[in-house]
Amino acid sequence: METLLQQIINGIVLGAVYALVALGYTMVYGILGLINFAHGEVVMVGAMVTLAVIKLLAGTGLPLVVQLLIGLAVSIPACMALGAGIERVAYRPLRNAPRLAPLITAIGVSIILQYLVVLVWGRTYHPYPELLPTTPFDLAGARISPAQVAIIFFSALVMAGLLWLVHHTRLGRAMRATAENPVVARLMGVNVNHVVTMTFAIGSALGAVAGVLVSINYSVAHYQMGFILGLKAFTAAVLGGIGNLGGAMVGGLLLGLIEALGSGYVGDLTGGLFGSNYRDVFAFLVLIVVLIFRPSGLLGERVAERA
Amino acid sequence: MAKAVLDVLNLEVHYGGIAAVKGISFAVEEGEMVCLIGANGAGKTSTLKALVRMLPSRGEIHYGGARVDHDESHVLVGKGLALVPEGRGVFARMSVAENLAMGAYLRRDAAGVQKDLEEVYALLPRLRERQRQLAGTLSGGEQQMLAIGRALMGRPRLLLLDEPSMGLAPIMVQRVFELIRAIAERGVSILLVEQNARLALETCHRGYVMESGLITLADTAAKLAADPRVRAAYLGE
Ligand SMILES: Nc1ncnc2c1ncn2[C@@H]1O[C@H](COP(=O)(O)OP(=O)(O)OP(=O)(O)O)[C@@H](O)[C@H]1O
Ligand SMILES: [Mg+2]
Repeated sequence: METLLQQIINGIVLGAVYALVALGYTMVYGILGLINFAHGEVVMVGAMVTLAVIKLLAGTGLPLVVQLLIGLAVSIPACMALGAGIERVAYRPLRNAPRLAPLITAIGVSIILQYLVVLVWGRTYHPYPELLPTTPFDLAGARISPAQVAIIFFSALVMAGLLWLVHHTRLGRAMRATAENPVVARLMGVNVNHVVTMTFAIGSALGAVAGVLVSINYSVAHYQMGFILGLKAFTAAVLGGIGNLGGAMVGGLLLGLIEALGSGYVGDLTGGLFGSNYRDVFAFLVLIVVLIFRPSGLLGERVAERA
Repeated sequence: MAKAVLDVLNLEVHYGGIAAVKGISFAVEEGEMVCLIGANGAGKTSTLKALVRMLPSRGEIHYGGARVDHDESHVLVGKGLALVPEGRGVFARMSVAENLAMGAYLRRDAAGVQKDLEEVYALLPRLRERQRQLAGTLSGGEQQMLAIGRALMGRPRLLLLDEPSMGLAPIMVQRVFELIRAIAERGVSILLVEQNARLALETCHRGYVMESGLITLADTAAKLAADPRVRAAYLGE
């Protein structure tokens, strides 16, 4: 039985990844009022492309960390282009269509991306190489691996960068203005389509990083990994209040903690009837409870129902 | 009409099958203050929205000597055509200073922007006091001032104002009109849409009266204010 502190560490690591992915959902929702259900697949592509690059570099003798960074340097722009392309092809033509239409194209895009990845890399579970030292640090009896430290560090760094961009740059100001009132933003000279493209691109960059981090965490990547991860991150975004950046971060962390603690203690609580393989249930319990009792999320304002 | 900063020919705006603006022609000369008055639903807002390409329209729009009816809204601002929309449209969740910065969004001359910011603050000291405050917490009158100040940050050549006095207390209405006069004195041309016809005609050089999508009267402001039809319909006499 792992200690409470160990569960909390695991929960924070998991939550940091959920938060990164949740930001992609919440940014797009904030600007377009649309849920980009293909985002999970972008995350998966980020993990797969990075892995492919690392495999290419395998014989070069470069340090693994350098290989990882080169992999990210390829997969981040690739995912940015992919995310922006998805918006262009699957959502922009439907901007004035009924709200169900982009949801359906999102599912179509997800399926296409999954099968493209199957075509290139197959259906197998790809073991992710041990990119970082594996000897864990000892923290008051709990273990924290260098990979876990890296996940927390990278996530925090990327999120701080995002907050800085949104609050202190011209693009960030244009994004906030567009989220608040696209019609008036246009009157200020903002090219709203450009802002939308950048929003998808930035969200996808965070997604690529998250995909790599989660693969490192579980030492595996495969073509369906984006589905459940996407759903959980979406849950995290709703939990925090969709459209709200801080909400996505808080929601992600909370969901990670709930999941880690829940799966850690579910066996005790149910007298061994359910085991930790029920971990995925917690995210969806959270989603249902939030949707019933506080659909606007923890930090969200009341969102008026859009037709 | 060589001096006209804005020249509109046979402008039509349709919502689905319904015509809101039915072929109107009008002009604003460089440095002129022109008002467009008319009852609710006459088509004034639709006209302004068409001018800045927020709505598709038929007819010709010439601005600064070039045809602009195929331009996009965000491009027109860069050419100095600014609209202060009906209901102000300040970014409530952004600070006063950030709203003003949005007005200068397309400008790259940081020094010029800083200088204009000082000028706007000098013109509207209330905004300077509240520069860190969220715009949503300002009073209606202050929000209107902010919306106008924000438009000024883009260095407009022609400023379109849609009912700037709407919903304001009489004292604030006076201040808003003083501000508009001060802006005109700096050489900005103005097209003012107003319900408050008396004040609009007192302020502007010329005026147009709009009724159900058509311009029915066009004259100098003084003559319009003296016209018995205008007096009966819009000045409550
Ligand atoms: N989005 C829309 N869809 C359909 N009809 C519209 C729309 N907006 C305006 N209209 C109609 O077009 C006509 C002109 O409206 P517009 O808002 O231009 O008038 P206005 O002169 O600005 O009125 P007000 O003084 O009330 O602001 C009205 O009959 C209005 O009902
Ligand atoms: Mg109107």
